[in-house]
Amino acid sequence: MSAHKTYLDFEKPIAELEAKIEELEALSEGSGAEVGDDIKNLRKRVQDARAKAYAGLTPWQKAQVARHPERPHVVDYIRVLIDDFVELRGDRGFSDDQAIVGGLGQFRGQGVVIMGHEKGTDTSSRLKHNFGMARPEGYRKAIRLMDMAERFSLPVISFVDTPGAYPGLGAEERGQAEAIARSTERCLTLGVPMISIITGEGGSGGAIAIAAANSVLMLEHSVYSVISPEGCASILWRDSARAADAAEAMRITAQDLHKLGVIDGIIPEPAGGAHSAPNDVMDVAGEILAKTLGDLSALDAEGLKAQRRDKFLKIGRVLDI
Amino acid sequence: MSKDKARSDGWLSRLVRPGVKAETKRDTPDNLWVKCPVSGEMVYRPDLEAALWVTPAGHHMRIDAIKRLSVTFDDGNYTLIDLPDVAEDPLTFTDDKPYEARLKAARNKVGRKDTMLAGHGEIQGERAVVLVQDFSFMGGSLGMAAGEAFIAAATHAHDHNMPFVVFTAAGGARMQEGILSLMQMPRTTLALQMLKDKGLPYIVVLTDPTTGGVTASYAMLGDVHLAEPGALIGFAGPRVIEQTIREKLPPGFQRSEYLLEKGMVDRVVPRAELSETLAKIIRVLMSAHKA
Repeated sequence: MSAHKTYLDFEKPIAELEAKIEELEALSEGSGAEVGDDIKNLRKRVQDARAKAYAGLTPWQKAQVARHPERPHVVDYIRVLIDDFVELRGDRGFSDDQAIVGGLGQFRGQGVVIMGHEKGTDTSSRLKHNFGMARPEGYRKAIRLMDMAERFSLPVISFVDTPGAYPGLGAEERGQAEAIARSTERCLTLGVPMISIITGEGGSGGAIAIAAANSVLMLEHSVYSVISPEGCASILWRDSARAADAAEAMRITAQDLHKLGVIDGIIPEPAGGAHSAPNDVMDVAGEILAKTLGDLSALDAEGLKAQRRDKFLKIGRVLDI
Repeated sequence: MSKDKARSDGWLSRLVRPGVKAETKRDTPDNLWVKCPVSGEMVYRPDLEAALWVTPAGHHMRIDAIKRLSVTFDDGNYTLIDLPDVAEDPLTFTDDKPYEARLKAARNKVGRKDTMLAGHGEIQGERAVVLVQDFSFMGGSLGMAAGEAFIAAATHAHDHNMPFVVFTAAGGARMQEGILSLMQMPRTTLALQMLKDKGLPYIVVLTDPTTGGVTASYAMLGDVHLAEPGALIGFAGPRVIEQTIREKLPPGFQRSEYLLEKGMVDRVVPRAELSETLAKIIRVLMSAHKA
C-alpha cells in the first residue's frame, strides 16, 4: 500500500507507522539487513490502526475525510465509470463555470448525462474549478444538461462535492439564488431517472441544486448539511473552533441521514477511506449505480416524477429516530 | 370556510397570549414615538400605523404576520388557514441553549407556533391565499413547520382554485433542524409544482430581509416577483460576501432596487400600493380560470 501525501489529524499514528516502514525499507535496501518480519508486523499494525480509526470516526472527523484532497472527484468517477465522455460546456448566457463539469457518455452501454462539482487537485486546477463552489452559470449549465437529458430520454447521474455555492459579488449580481432554485426545480420535474451520489461534501443549497434526485446515495464517510460545521459554530456559538460540536449536533453523516430518511443508500468505503483505495470505491459505486439505475428503469416518466415527489414530501413526516 | 375559521380560532386562542398585554404596552408614553432607523426622526405611532409602518423618510419597517394579513386583505377580513403540526426538535439540538427552549421563547414572544401564518380572503375583490413569513419568529427561518405551512397553504390555493401570494422574510434555514431544514427547499418547490400544473399563479412579495435557502428556493420561483422598497434580498449575507471577496460592497448592493436593475424582480412596490398591484396581476393571470 502506498503512503498518502496527506494525513488527517486523527491519522497521525498511521502516518508514524508508515514512516517507520519506509525507513526500514530504505535500510534493508541499503544494507541487506533482515527486517522483513518487522515490516510485515508494522504493516499489520498500520492495517489495524486504520481499521480502528475509520470504524469509529466522529462526525467532525468524517467531515475532514469528506474533504480529503485525495478523495476521488467527479473527474475520476467519469474517467473510471464512463465511456466515450464528451464534456459539454457553458450556460449559453454568460460563461462556463468549471465548478460544475458535465456532459454525455456511456455508463455500461447506456447513454447518460453526467455532471458534478469538481474541486480540483492542485493549486491551478483548484482555482480553475473555484474549489467546487459554483456560480449561477454552473447551475444554469446543470439545468441545460437536465433539459437535454429530458429531451433525449437519458438518465442523469450527478456527483455532489461542494463546500457550497460561491458567495461572491458577481454571483449575487447574476442571480445565484434564482439559479439554485431553478436547478432544484429542474431536478424535481425530470421525467427521466436521476441518481445523485454525494461523494464528499454536500454543502447546503449548492448541493441540493443538483441532488433532488430519485435516488440520493452517500459515500460512507461523506457529509451533507444545511451549513458547514464551521459556519454553524460561528453563528450559534460565535466560535468557528467549535465546528466539532456543530458537526455532532447537526447530524451530517451518511448514517444519520439514512436514519432520518433523507438519503436512500450508503456506498461503503474501505477501511482508511475512499482516498486510500480510490479505484475500489469507484468500482463499488459503479455496481450500486448500475443496480439503482436498473430499479428506476421500471418507472415511466410520470412514475419517476411521482416517486421523487412522494419521497421528498415524506421527509420529516415520518421520523424514526 | 366556517369550519376553517372555527378551527383557526381555537388554534389561536391556545397560542396567543391575551392581546391585552401588547396593547397596554403600546399605549404607554414610551412607545408612542418610534424612531425611524433611516432618518432618526421620531414618528408618532398612530401616524406610523396609519402609514402601514412606512416612515416619512420612506423606510419600510418590518411588520408582523397579523399586520401583514390585515393590511393586505380588503377591510382586514380574512380566514386563517389551519397549519399542520410537525415533529418538534427532531435532532434534539442544543447549542448554548436547547432548541426546545429557543422555540418556547420565540412562541412566547410572537404568540404563534412558528414563523408562518396563512389566510385566505379577497384582495381588492380578488380571492387569494396569502402566506406570510414573520421575521420576528427566529428570523423567519425555514424549518419543518414553515415548510409544512407552505405546503398546506399552497394546497389550499390548489384545491380552491386560488392564486398563491407569499410574503417572504427570512435569514435562511433553521440550523437547529439540520438537513431537515435544507429539505424544505425541494419540498416547497414541489408544492409550487402542483400550482403550476393547474395553471394557478404564484406571486412572491420579497420583504426585508430575504436571504439564504429561502431566496434559493420558493422566493425566486414566482410567476411574478414584487419587492418592498429597500429590502435586503440575496443568497449569501453581505458579511459573508465581504469576507470572501475582501472588499467593501457597493452601496445599495442586494437591495430591492438593485435586484430590479439586475433583472431578478419585476417591480419594487411601496407598501401602500401592494394590494392594488397584486389585484391587477391576479385579475389578468386568473382570467382563464374565470372564463
